[in-house]
Amino acid sequence: MDASVSVPSSGKSLVRRIQRHRAIYVLLVIPITYFIIFKYIPIWNGQIAFKNFMPRQGVLGSAWIGFANFVEFFDSFYFWELLRNTVMYSVGKLLISIPLSIMLAIMLYECRITVLRKTVQTLAYLPHFLSWVIMYGILLGLLAPGDGLLNDIAKAFGGRGIDYLTNVQAFPWVVLLSDAWKEMGWGAIIFIAALMAIDPTLFEAAIVEGATAWQRVRYITLPSILPVIIMVVLLRLGTILSGGFNQLYMLYSPSVYSVGDIIDTWVFRGLQEGKFALATAVGLFKGLMGLLLLSFSNRMTRKVSGSSLY
Amino acid sequence: MKSPVVGISATDKVFYLLVNTVLVFLFIVIAIPLWSTITLSFRPNSFIGTNFEGMFLAPWDWSNAAYKALMGNNGFIMAFFNSIKIMVYGVASALFLTVPLAYALSIRTLPGRVFLIVIILIPHMFDVGMIPSFLMVKDLGLIDKLAAVYLPTAVSTYNCLIMKGFFEGIPDELKESARIDGASEFTLLIRIILPLSKPIVMSVGLFYAVSFWNDFFHPMLYLNSNNLMPLPILLRNILMASGMNEFVEVSAFGEAPIQAIKAASVFLAAIPMVIAYPFIQRYFAKGTLLGSVKG
Repeated sequence: MDASVSVPSSGKSLVRRIQRHRAIYVLLVIPITYFIIFKYIPIWNGQIAFKNFMPRQGVLGSAWIGFANFVEFFDSFYFWELLRNTVMYSVGKLLISIPLSIMLAIMLYECRITVLRKTVQTLAYLPHFLSWVIMYGILLGLLAPGDGLLNDIAKAFGGRGIDYLTNVQAFPWVVLLSDAWKEMGWGAIIFIAALMAIDPTLFEAAIVEGATAWQRVRYITLPSILPVIIMVVLLRLGTILSGGFNQLYMLYSPSVYSVGDIIDTWVFRGLQEGKFALATAVGLFKGLMGLLLLSFSNRMTRKVSGSSLY
Repeated sequence: MKSPVVGISATDKVFYLLVNTVLVFLFIVIAIPLWSTITLSFRPNSFIGTNFEGMFLAPWDWSNAAYKALMGNNGFIMAFFNSIKIMVYGVASALFLTVPLAYALSIRTLPGRVFLIVIILIPHMFDVGMIPSFLMVKDLGLIDKLAAVYLPTAVSTYNCLIMKGFFEGIPDELKESARIDGASEFTLLIRIILPLSKPIVMSVGLFYAVSFWNDFFHPMLYLNSNNLMPLPILLRNILMASGMNEFVEVSAFGEAPIQAIKAASVFLAAIPMVIAYPFIQRYFAKGTLLGSVKG
């Protein structure tokens, strides 16, 4: 075909190209309008983080107070607690879920019993599609103080049951383990894809050389997916400050705020209590930090694998 | 993965035994909470015993009282339909907005394309949080209207980029020969591009559908009236009620123990996901693979 079709800017005149694609611009009107309204107006509204926002006066009418909201937040005693909790859960989930997903992926890859492999695979992906409301319901059956399954078993062995969801020691584990249970299967997908991409002749050569299955995994399988593992870890680190709201909001209660409150849940309560400007400042701070983290992790990912997110 | 030569060595036997054992163990770990919820939902009022024994309740001891109470309840039915409404309108809006956007962005010769991509990416990377969005929805007068629940999340930048990647993969020759045959851009999109894009549109649509169905945050944030509440909110109320008298909207509670009611409502809320699951499985494999080609 005529090669000049795919030549970008220069070549054909700008006006002619706009003419040619005018239908596309028509197509774009509604989506772009949507973006302006639903994505950019909120950005505009974000300025209240720097104002003493009064709903009566509106966004423009409220007075500027510079960084006062931010200072108030950083000086407060809960700033470190929120930061600690947020990071604790993100890193914890990373440390628990990623190895579990890798292990699951390798197990599935190595399993020679098709029925077992397909069944476990199908079942493992399912919890990802259940919302945290549903998860809370499932967890209630297990963790309820009076008659949950876990406490049942504990009592059968002569122990006393504990209320996992209101116990400050137990709560973080509930969060981490329930998240692992839910996301382990879905998280394995990317590793399964990576495993499928390994050249099978590598394995055949190893077998001919007399390698055992253990050696195969240690010297071929794991090193081959190491770049993917690193990429996944880096990407997760980029989103370390967000995520977890749905889960924590469903599971937490005032008695475990000290370990269960993350930045997003605190901001949400700020909205409920009417502390608009302060909560927006916190949200903005989180967004900015997130952006920095994301661009950092993106750059690192590019170094590792030669390609990036976008 | 194939062993070409003779038999399997002893250490390899141990290896495969371990693999299978771990998988069976994982199966049990995942299945138990699900199974225990199901049996809990069928527990009759007459049952006395520990939860552990309850997991192995014989089917003839099952009582569907909890299900009857829920499915006959107007509040529950209304919430179910609200969820369906949100999901259907939501997916329709999402696709209606995302598909043209992704297609337009995929046209390499479009003037201003890079500018547009930047416009799409900025809100995604600079997240201002929920309060500015709340103020925006309030100013639009959408508080306490269903549209507030699905419109703000109707376009996911991530999904848009995946679709764009797919459209970019469609060979130019196809589009060119259609244009030479006299097709307008609209005809091109509708008659040629869209039928070709069925897998990606289906899988993106399914992802949107799942997120709309499961969403409890946006309804909680934007809705006030009880008759608009979708299922996740109602479910949450049911689960947080500690006694039957606390939750007055569901009557006929006396016929089933409260844990059964809670478990049954969880199960009913999960059913659409479970039904859609085989379809999702079929399409997401294709979809994520397609998306990862262009990244």
